[in-house]
Amino acid sequence: MFKTVAKPMLYSQALLTKTKAMHTPRAALFSGFQATLPLLLGIIPFGLIYGVSAAQTGLSTEATIGMSVLVFAGASQLAILQLLSEQAAVPVIIATGLIINLRFAMYSASIAPFFQDLPLRKRAGLAYVLTDQAYALAVHPFADNPTLRRAAYFVGAAVPFWLTWQVVSLIGFFVGTSVPAHWHLDFAIPLTFIALLVPAIKDRSTAVAAIVGAALAVGAAPLPYNLGLMLAALMGIGAGIVTEHRFLRSASPQ
Amino acid sequence: MSLSSSAVWLIIVLVGAGTYLLRFSFIYLFGKIELPDSFTRALRFVPAAVLAALVAPALFVVPEATSWLTPRLVAAGVAVLVAWRTKSVLLTLLTGMGILWTLHALGWN
Repeated sequence: MFKTVAKPMLYSQALLTKTKAMHTPRAALFSGFQATLPLLLGIIPFGLIYGVSAAQTGLSTEATIGMSVLVFAGASQLAILQLLSEQAAVPVIIATGLIINLRFAMYSASIAPFFQDLPLRKRAGLAYVLTDQAYALAVHPFADNPTLRRAAYFVGAAVPFWLTWQVVSLIGFFVGTSVPAHWHLDFAIPLTFIALLVPAIKDRSTAVAAIVGAALAVGAAPLPYNLGLMLAALMGIGAGIVTEHRFLRSASPQ
Repeated sequence: MSLSSSAVWLIIVLVGAGTYLLRFSFIYLFGKIELPDSFTRALRFVPAAVLAALVAPALFVVPEATSWLTPRLVAAGVAVLVAWRTKSVLLTLLTGMGILWTLHALGWN
């Protein structure tokens, strides 16, 4: 989920040193937009996969777009689709979607100081378009440039993302209704997860979290209502915490 | 999918509302509540654990397969390497699907 963060951050920082008039909302809006442009291409395959998968899972057009508008978080949208096709229980689907999106609370906490002077209504609107990418693009310019008009910058960075996601979801959906089942496009969902999972494994404890999560998910697969998934995720998180704790413990001299 | 349309909408609305609350949580609460340390620590492992738990059964729990080695598993293995090297969602997708289709075309199902 943090893929390709380094390039746009360097790019936007270079832009900052070049542009002096960042204290106007319009300049900030444009700057945010420029920063997000390279990333828009990256979510096109992701959004198309979502749209296609939604069609193949049997969702209506309204539900497909509804999810992209109301949830607006790719990984959880794909997980919901996968679980729907596996006939998982409704509470498990809801819980999984929310757990995958817990990271937004972290972004919220990190970016909140920069929005604290804005009126509540603006903050409420900005929160809606908060994504991995918008967060990654905004956090450094916000910290480095105190005169930057933040709401404008954030809107410039985040809204094109939102628009692209909706359009691409819809296109994917209409393409998806005419794709034959023997193309096995359902495999695209685990592939996308793999593409997100690999960068998420950064050190020993995250690797342990992944291995435990995977092993338990397979072992507990026979459990009804997809409970095995929840169990595996929670145990995986726990295993990661324990590994990190043990590792830190053994690293510090007593 | 056997779920009714209203069940699907229930999921969409609840996950949507919940996700928005997560996004708005600290932006609304700033200064009023501190994030507990344990929460931040646990959060770091959520992507790895949850994504792995989602992917693994799709690859290893195949009811009709005669052995654990399936074309999907092979395609996924290569996809892992591609994801590791290129960090590109697009390349991972194309490689994985390409290998799966090739194996199917060669007669291995």
